[in-house]
Amino acid sequence: MTDSRIARAVAGLVLACAALTAPDRAWSQTKSVAVTAIVDHPALNAVRDGVRDELKARGFEEGRNLRFEYESAQGNTGTAAQIARKFVGDRPDVIVPISTPSAQAVAAATKDIPIVFSAVTDPVAAKLVTSLERPGGNVTGVSDLSPIRKHLELVARVVPTAKRLGVVFNPGETNAVVLVELVRKHAPEFGMTVVEASAPRSSDVLAAARSLVGKVDAIYVPTDNTVVSAVEAVVKVGIDSKIPVFAGDTDTVKRGAIAAVGFNYYDVGRQTGQLVLRILEGAKPGDLPVQGVEITELHVNPEAAKRMGVTLPQAVLSEAKVVVQ
Amino acid sequence: MSSIALIGAIELGLVFGLVGLGVYLSFRVLNFPDLTVDGSFPLGGGVAAALIVADADPWLASLAAAAAGAVAGLVTGWLNVRLKILHLLASILTMIALFSINLRIMGRPNVALLGESTVFTPFEGLGLPAIWLQPMVFLAVVVVATLLVDLYLLSEIGLALRATGANPRVARAQGVRTDRAILAGLAVSNALVALAGALFAQSQGGADVSMGVGIIVVGLAAVIVGETLVPGRGVVLGTIASVVGSIVYRLAIALALNADILGLKAQDLNLVTAVLVALALTLPGLRRSRGARLAGGRP
Repeated sequence: MTDSRIARAVAGLVLACAALTAPDRAWSQTKSVAVTAIVDHPALNAVRDGVRDELKARGFEEGRNLRFEYESAQGNTGTAAQIARKFVGDRPDVIVPISTPSAQAVAAATKDIPIVFSAVTDPVAAKLVTSLERPGGNVTGVSDLSPIRKHLELVARVVPTAKRLGVVFNPGETNAVVLVELVRKHAPEFGMTVVEASAPRSSDVLAAARSLVGKVDAIYVPTDNTVVSAVEAVVKVGIDSKIPVFAGDTDTVKRGAIAAVGFNYYDVGRQTGQLVLRILEGAKPGDLPVQGVEITELHVNPEAAKRMGVTLPQAVLSEAKVVVQ
Repeated sequence: MSSIALIGAIELGLVFGLVGLGVYLSFRVLNFPDLTVDGSFPLGGGVAAALIVADADPWLASLAAAAAGAVAGLVTGWLNVRLKILHLLASILTMIALFSINLRIMGRPNVALLGESTVFTPFEGLGLPAIWLQPMVFLAVVVVATLLVDLYLLSEIGLALRATGANPRVARAQGVRTDRAILAGLAVSNALVALAGALFAQSQGGADVSMGVGIIVVGLAAVIVGETLVPGRGVVLGTIASVVGSIVYRLAIALALNADILGLKAQDLNLVTAVLVALALTLPGLRRSRGARLAGGRP
């Protein structure tokens, strides 16, 4: 080997080392957050955007000092498991799994990387945490349990004569089943009995809603992904048979439900982002209590109410944050 | 790609290798397009999870799951053989029925197993690094399962099974009881798939009724990729190929997930799968360059 070639080789080595170490220094200041959801869904995507925007608002910007990664499992649990492994191998500062199956897959894959779950209805039943107040371990997050009592109260205020409440839901959806159990538990407080109609697929929603005609005084649609995706079918039955339809989420009011006390998933994402920030600042997930949704708002749709044969009381109208025209 | 992602891919490939084995038995050996697997996978997960939560031994729970899967296969077979319902339709009927049955067994759509004892618990004291533990257990299970399936297929009963799949009329003329062969084949196939579901639930922290979505596609991809990568025919090679195909399929997904440079994301997985299967089907034909071999033909 000639001298010049040795020189060139040494120069190359030095350059290679420089190239390898330079990003390394940048890495130490850069935080990394990896987000995954079981499926691409407007609500779940809103959570993701909320997390990203909250981090940005607090000085962590993608491409500058934040590595923000997002993967959706496309509804496939095998893929969810593989995304969890990939994230754990990448060792980000925080992993944010959105929805119960994604959270379980990530929690099964790591016992040390901090996990901040979001949009999980019942984190204790999902065995993600042992207690909401003191989660312990490497997991905390935000639960999206609906304020069911508020929902029933709203139904009672708008339709005081309602004695039988119909609920359309997918018995295969964990979150929906938890919500329907809560509806059943709280309904007697408002003098109501519950009539269930199950819709395992979106295409079953119309038939399920029709099965309630003549048996109920009002219909309640919980935050059930399957039913909400085809909620127009429930609204149609409501209009045709003059049965008022209430929803568990505010977006559905725009699509024809009379009213809903809800939260939007973007705010849930912002709240999740705040927990992520506290961990980036050095807090331990196990010390941060699991949070419930903080901001709720009332949305009403007077036109839909009219078409379903009810009038919204003035008191409800004046409380509404959004009145759909 | 990180080593955890790589080992994770192999681990999942092994679990879904059992699905590949099951699908190989029904689709290839028995020539029976069996969609029951979309139901028997979560059935296995659900039975195992429900039993484990009730403090049953995880290994016994997994065996019970396999038995439940066998019953599901028998139901499909019975609908087809006795009630003369078209095979595809019979399997779809069982599949949708299993959705309700799984909900009954689990009591709710999701049974969490995080922190419960699982099939891995007895081996945790051996000092094996955590990331190696699950793949090693799965490897052992898959090797044993593959050997048993091979022994089965090479036995006289297995021969009847293969004859039934190859040409039922001739098989019947030779005195093979094809009805029995179909029932047995579907039972074994779905038992393997349910066992996969049971093991998958235990490694993933819980069983979910939705975990059967697309299992048949995963199984078929494993069989087809395997058949192409492992040259030669015959049932022993066929079973091994199904497991190998499953691992390769998972590695391809891991690659897609980790190919940040290529800009591939998880949502592109279906495309990657399609390209991979298409490549697997066409490459050998190109290599031989001796006319187009009928891709995906029977072994």
